Amino acid sequence: MDIIISNSSNIPIYEQIKEQIKNKIITNELKYQEQLPSIRKLAKDLRISVITTKNAYDELEREGYVETIPGKGIYVSGKNRELIREEQLQKIEGLLDTAVSIAKISQVTKKELQNILNILYEEE
Amino acid sequence: MENILEIKGVQKKYNNFELKNCNIKLPKGMILGLIGENGAGKTTTIKAILNLISIDQGEVCLFGHSLQENEKNCKEEIGVVLDDHFLSPYLTPTDIHKTMEHIYKNWDQTLYFQYLEKFQLPKTQPIKEYSSGMKMKLKIAVALSHHPKLLILDEPTSGLDPIARNEILDIFQDFIQNEEHAIFVSSHITSDLEHIADYITFIHQGEIVFTKTRDDLLDKYGIVKCLEKDFKKIVKQDYIKYRKNRYGYEILIADKKQFKKKYDIQVIDKPTIEEIMVLYVKGEK
Repeated sequence: MDIIISNSSNIPIYEQIKEQIKNKIITNELKYQEQLPSIRKLAKDLRISVITTKNAYDELEREGYVETIPGKGIYVSGKNRELIREEQLQKIEGLLDTAVSIAKISQVTKKELQNILNILYEEE
Repeated sequence: MENILEIKGVQKKYNNFELKNCNIKLPKGMILGLIGENGAGKTTTIKAILNLISIDQGEVCLFGHSLQENEKNCKEEIGVVLDDHFLSPYLTPTDIHKTMEHIYKNWDQTLYFQYLEKFQLPKTQPIKEYSSGMKMKLKIAVALSHHPKLLILDEPTSGLDPIARNEILDIFQDFIQNEEHAIFVSSHITSDLEHIADYITFIHQGEIVFTKTRDDLLDKYGIVKCLEKDFKKIVKQDYIKYRKNRYGYEILIADKKQFKKKYDIQVIDKPTIEEIMVLYVKGEK
């Protein structure tokens, strides 16, 4: 599992870890029921403090992305696939909303907007 | 979480120095870094923990028991690295083994020689021919070879080059893979602790200024840089210390987010532990 941490970034380290693991779960790079490295192992590999890794895992657990099975380890949780999709949809809606309001202010038509979206989507 | 080490209200008065009401807790599985300038009281604190000096007041609890109660057994569980290694420079690591197996009940010969190999320390070379980095690694090997639960180290990285310091931090993180273990380490090289320490305790003029988690300190604290006109708008209780230089002000604050909500000041830097330490010591209020 690749995780890249920037010490000079203004984003707290626990948040950097959290976001990167979250992205890996969303993109299915980390699969349902896959085991994650232990708190201590990850701390050592990333050369950061145990509390920092613990904070990252705690937040992931709170948001339903991972679950701890006592005595066994930390695993990618599966029950929230739908919820993750819901969350992503909400995020998309929010960003599109911004795009639409900018479009309206600068008199960009719906058609033009749709065109941009089509081009962007095809590019991927 | 259970505390492996607890210092409660420890006081010690010397003619020219006083350790005042020292309170520190170290939970299992954690690394605590004690930072402070030279002469701040770091070594005195460590000596008090190990009962090497008689304290005037207070109590030190190790593994849940008062140290005075059960000193001998307690010390079997502690690995100590002090500034001086108290070993004759003419001894070789093999000679040290012969001494140590009579000192510690749990001395593990195999483990010791494994460490020597791992740290690439020649077994039959007298210590006087060792470099500072090698000497430090030997001291740590000795400290680890009787299966301690708690490591106490006084300035283990001072005087070492970055590569050797890095190796020592690796040793620490290996040790802490067992959650029954803990490390108490003093240092004035704060960048070493910045990454791996879970708790940072700052001591200044014999007094504990704060104990905070690394994340609280580095993610929440900030250093505001501004001009005099902006500084005048800041209420006294919203900052910890400030420093004025010829061009402007540097202000240490405890909560970046709160501060941003209240004031319209653009430049807030992420601090290093070193900067926090300097502002605490040199800054005004």
